[in-house]
Amino acid sequence: MNSFELPKIPLGDAVEALVEWIEINFAVVLDWISDGLDWIIEGIKYLLLVLPAPVFIILASLLVWLVTKRDTKLAIGSVLGLFLIWDLQLWSLAMETLALVLSSTLFALIFGIPTGILAARSEVTHQLVKPCLDFMQTMPAFVYLIPAVVFFGLGNVPGMIATVIFAMPPVVRLTALGIQQVPKELVELADAFGTTERQKLVKVQLPVAMPTIMAGINQCIMMALSMVVIAAMIGAQGLGYKVLEGIQRLDIGLGFEGGLAIVIIAIILDRVTQSFAPKRTE
Amino acid sequence: MEQEMVKPKLVIKSLYKIFGKHPTDALPLIKEGRSKEEILEKTGQTVGLRDVNISVQEGEIFVVMGLSGSGKSTLLRCTNRLIKPTSGEVLIDGIDIASLGDDELRNLRREKLGMVFQNFALLPHRSVIENVAFGLEVQGMPEEERLEKAKKTIKMVGLAEYEESMPSALSGGMKQRVGLARALASDPGILLMDEAFSALDPIIRTGMQDELLDLQNELNKTIIFVTHDLDEALKLGNRIALMKDGAVVQVGTPEEILSSPADDYVASFVAGVDMTKVLTAEGVMKNPDPVVSIVSGPRVAMKLMEDHGISTIFAVGKGKTFRGLVAVEDAVAAARAKKTNIEDILITDTPVTRPDTPVRDLMGLVATTQYPVAVVDENNRLKGVIVRGSLLGALDVTSNGEEDEE
Ligand SMILES: Nc1ncnc2c1ncn2[C@@H]1O[C@H](COP(=O)(O)OP(=O)(O)O)[C@@H](O)[C@H]1O
Ligand SMILES: [Mg+2]
Repeated sequence: MNSFELPKIPLGDAVEALVEWIEINFAVVLDWISDGLDWIIEGIKYLLLVLPAPVFIILASLLVWLVTKRDTKLAIGSVLGLFLIWDLQLWSLAMETLALVLSSTLFALIFGIPTGILAARSEVTHQLVKPCLDFMQTMPAFVYLIPAVVFFGLGNVPGMIATVIFAMPPVVRLTALGIQQVPKELVELADAFGTTERQKLVKVQLPVAMPTIMAGINQCIMMALSMVVIAAMIGAQGLGYKVLEGIQRLDIGLGFEGGLAIVIIAIILDRVTQSFAPKRTE
Repeated sequence: MEQEMVKPKLVIKSLYKIFGKHPTDALPLIKEGRSKEEILEKTGQTVGLRDVNISVQEGEIFVVMGLSGSGKSTLLRCTNRLIKPTSGEVLIDGIDIASLGDDELRNLRREKLGMVFQNFALLPHRSVIENVAFGLEVQGMPEEERLEKAKKTIKMVGLAEYEESMPSALSGGMKQRVGLARALASDPGILLMDEAFSALDPIIRTGMQDELLDLQNELNKTIIFVTHDLDEALKLGNRIALMKDGAVVQVGTPEEILSSPADDYVASFVAGVDMTKVLTAEGVMKNPDPVVSIVSGPRVAMKLMEDHGISTIFAVGKGKTFRGLVAVEDAVAAARAKKTNIEDILITDTPVTRPDTPVRDLMGLVATTQYPVAVVDENNRLKGVIVRGSLLGALDVTSNGEEDEE
């Protein structure tokens, strides 16, 4: 049994060669993308840090209170949680993390929602997209950190790219699902009243699918946050880096503080996005 | 009623619909007259519609009735091409809709065809007024104008105070009013209603039917109304098409369907109907024969009654206008008194009714009078006569039919 050895297909070598080829031939494009993305992340971070932390905290909590239709408990929790982050001197790191999460989510939505719409409308697209999503979700995140680093170097940008890849599948899936689940009668309604395909999408399918799409956005943000520490391994800044530092130095206190700040941000973002998904009542 | 409807609004000619991947496989079998089950077994194709031919007049409520799965919804959806027929023609205002391009078809749906759905199909994220304005919005009407129009239509269906409510806050009956208003907002000539009231509670349902009839009096739309409920069909329909396994087995007025069902299928549908609600005087009256002319003498009247073995006779004037009734004993007395004209012995306070009076309303009349009831039209022309025996006879026939079926 042992005497026979199956020749190994050089799959790893092939992927490596492909990555190298892209790196060499598209260096200019890659640089351009890298600069652009960096500018966006920095821009968002700058905006988040424009206001002094206490002012920001009050305004943000007020906003939370308004969009959650006056969830006072959550608003008070936000104030306390965010002040704690500030007090722990993690404020600018937290805003950097938030900038990373928001820009990753933004790109995941920009690519994910149209892909979900296409998948819902055409069976062929659906069949093409499905295995890609499975791949993106099951491949350990560490694996695509490597090409991300090769293409974009160390820093926020490869971290963000890895995050987008990791966090996009639920947006695609739930957008497609939401549209497919629009009751048949409502699709008939659109057709019977003479809508164009575009009107049908914008006036009927997307609004009716919105609760489901919002659930996808919520998952996307949560997954983006869960990538923060992993992204820190390839040089992404922010709270993730703090936690990573704690791990590397076996400094439990440091790791805990960073981790707690991430949890606080996660809870606030989770509740806020959930409140955007109106309960289906019909 | 028939004379008013002249222009066919919707004509359907030899329409076939076969569901499945290979509809042409089934066509020859259909033409051979094979059954739906047989065709499904042999070819795997489902017969949706089989050689449907109907013509709907402008202003008519045309009811399509049949059991579940008989093809009613398919027929309705072929009318606005939500379902594409396998073969045959659908003509709206004389135009074959299969010949229309995408844009023209869209415009046809926007302007000429309104649709009301069984489960209301309200958009949950829109308020009542936004739902009603949906069709107008799709047409590209400016916001102010369409909200104005929607408001008027909402008023028409009696929901004036609920413009800003969300659908989830409305009861079933109110939801369907919104559905109706939405279909009416763009003032389409044809209204397609698929089991529109079937999801409603019986009492609310009856109310909605009455309201639809009231609205129809005002608006005079051409309405294709699909239902599986015979009472609803009889109440709403100017004419009814009965469907079975994709084919139309009978088209006729409610009365024609009831009094002369085309086959056992129709008869079984009709069995159990409360005849007094749907039969009219016209359906149970007999030909008034003989009658006597008002200018005749008592002897002529006597002779006619004697010959036919009857004890009363109707007297008519010019153009068969109804004048009154002569009883045999009065005629005998008048003849003895040597009178030459029956006008003196005419009984004029006899019961009179119209052809479209429901039998239900006749029962009391017939039960309390000793005379036959004269049926006259709006010009007072004598159309028929109802005697107690013929009324009971008519009701008896149908109740026998019911027993046969059970
Ligand atoms: N999209 C479809 N695909 C396959 N078969 C269908 C489809 N729509 C309807 N049918 C079949 O066509 C027949 C008529 O259906 P339908 O018009 O919905 O009946 P009804 O409205 O009278 O209940 C049924 O046998 C049904 O199963
Ligand atoms: Mg149906």
